[in-house]
Amino acid sequence: MSKETTSKTITVALALCIVCSMVVSGAAVLLKDMQKANKLLDRQTNILAAAGLLDASKPVTEQFEQVKTRIVDLDKGVFTDQFDTATFDQLRLAKNPEQSVVLGENDQAKILRRENYAVVYVIEKAGELDKIILPIRGKGLWSTLHGFLALEDDLNTIAGLGFYDHAETPGLGGEVDNPKWKSMWPGKKAYQGDDVKIQLVKGSVNPQSSTIAYEVDGLAGATLTSRGVTNLVQFWLGEMGFQKFLTNLRAGEA
Amino acid sequence: MSKIKDSLIEPIFKNNPIALQVLGVCSALAVTSSLKVTLVMCLSVIAVTACSNFCISLIRNHIPGSIRIIVQMVIIASLVIVVDQVLKAVAYEISKQLSVFVGLIITNCIVMGRAEAFAMKNSPIPSFFDGVGNGLGYSAVLVFVAVIRELFGSGKLMGYEILPLVNDGGWYIPNGLLLLPPSAFFLIGLFIWALRTAKTDQVETPEFKMAKNTSAQESV
Repeated sequence: MSKETTSKTITVALALCIVCSMVVSGAAVLLKDMQKANKLLDRQTNILAAAGLLDASKPVTEQFEQVKTRIVDLDKGVFTDQFDTATFDQLRLAKNPEQSVVLGENDQAKILRRENYAVVYVIEKAGELDKIILPIRGKGLWSTLHGFLALEDDLNTIAGLGFYDHAETPGLGGEVDNPKWKSMWPGKKAYQGDDVKIQLVKGSVNPQSSTIAYEVDGLAGATLTSRGVTNLVQFWLGEMGFQKFLTNLRAGEA
Repeated sequence: MSKIKDSLIEPIFKNNPIALQVLGVCSALAVTSSLKVTLVMCLSVIAVTACSNFCISLIRNHIPGSIRIIVQMVIIASLVIVVDQVLKAVAYEISKQLSVFVGLIITNCIVMGRAEAFAMKNSPIPSFFDGVGNGLGYSAVLVFVAVIRELFGSGKLMGYEILPLVNDGGWYIPNGLLLLPPSAFFLIGLFIWALRTAKTDQVETPEFKMAKNTSAQESV
């Protein structure tokens, strides 16, 4: 049979597609468990890093034992045991119309829908709350930034911030990963009274400024990413985010 | 045997895919800001070029001319996905840094260029080594660029500090430009210049001659 006939062309194309799809799906299935483990490890590393607790000399899983995973009902602002923490997938919830709300005008972080339940990570010392780590996300310039914000036991002082997934411009918006920039967050205050005051300012923070406790340097050359970070931090600390829960927790009613 | 050796060594300096054929420059700019990431990228490209050459050569007598390019693309794309999956499983951190560029190996002209130019006409074993050789040629340039960029851009090699930075109390002021993609253009340019100065037979004959700068009146 000549190799230029129509039937031969179709046969080759079909055979090739079948073989290739088997190879690709075979690889995906075989490696899935390892990839899942890696993802989990990466997430735990990021949670610890956001809280400033990451110790490179110890295995992450061991360090993560001190962290308690809890689910929060965002509307009521209380802990809930409705879900199994091991299988809880917050991002999937955000896509479920029954378990999320359309944000409309309140969509400061530009995420369109907000899930009604969120996972938080609690670190306790001697039975008392030491740090709490909240998941945050929102739109930057190109991409949605996913990260964690850690608060100290007063639930106002920021203990750290870090993003584990984004696709901002390397060198400009991508500097959200810069350790030097991240080191400016610990010690800043999130709330003044009931208002979320924390924000990024253009350029550097003026050391004489009276609001220095609520300001972090903007990212040079990345105005839109900086604005996005301000918006998403304020959104998740605000009324639609964790504010109710944090207020309850502070009063000991969560 | 010597033929295999030739097809391994030749693409490194004599017929370098980046320096002589100027193929695959895109990823050379993007992934060379740190050596570790670059090495993983190089290994991925070597694996993909070698295996795709081998597979295509294996079925070269059955590929109808009319769907030749698509067949090559499908094979290359499948291999790239496999490589991406393997990286995600065994080197998660690095695969996160390489992100989209592993996927972009599909569009790397070296892979397809070798499939079309070599594997379609030769038997599997030489094609395999041709793929390895061209992957090595690509790697040689990438490693050269990455060493310079990481060493002078962030004072480190493979993540280990070599030149202590001023920021960390050392003496070296890093060259920020080297961390940005355009710096790879300069480095690859210099590499090609050095290579062609040493091996003058690689210099292309100019397509046109520049006129002498005589008639200034015209522009007045």
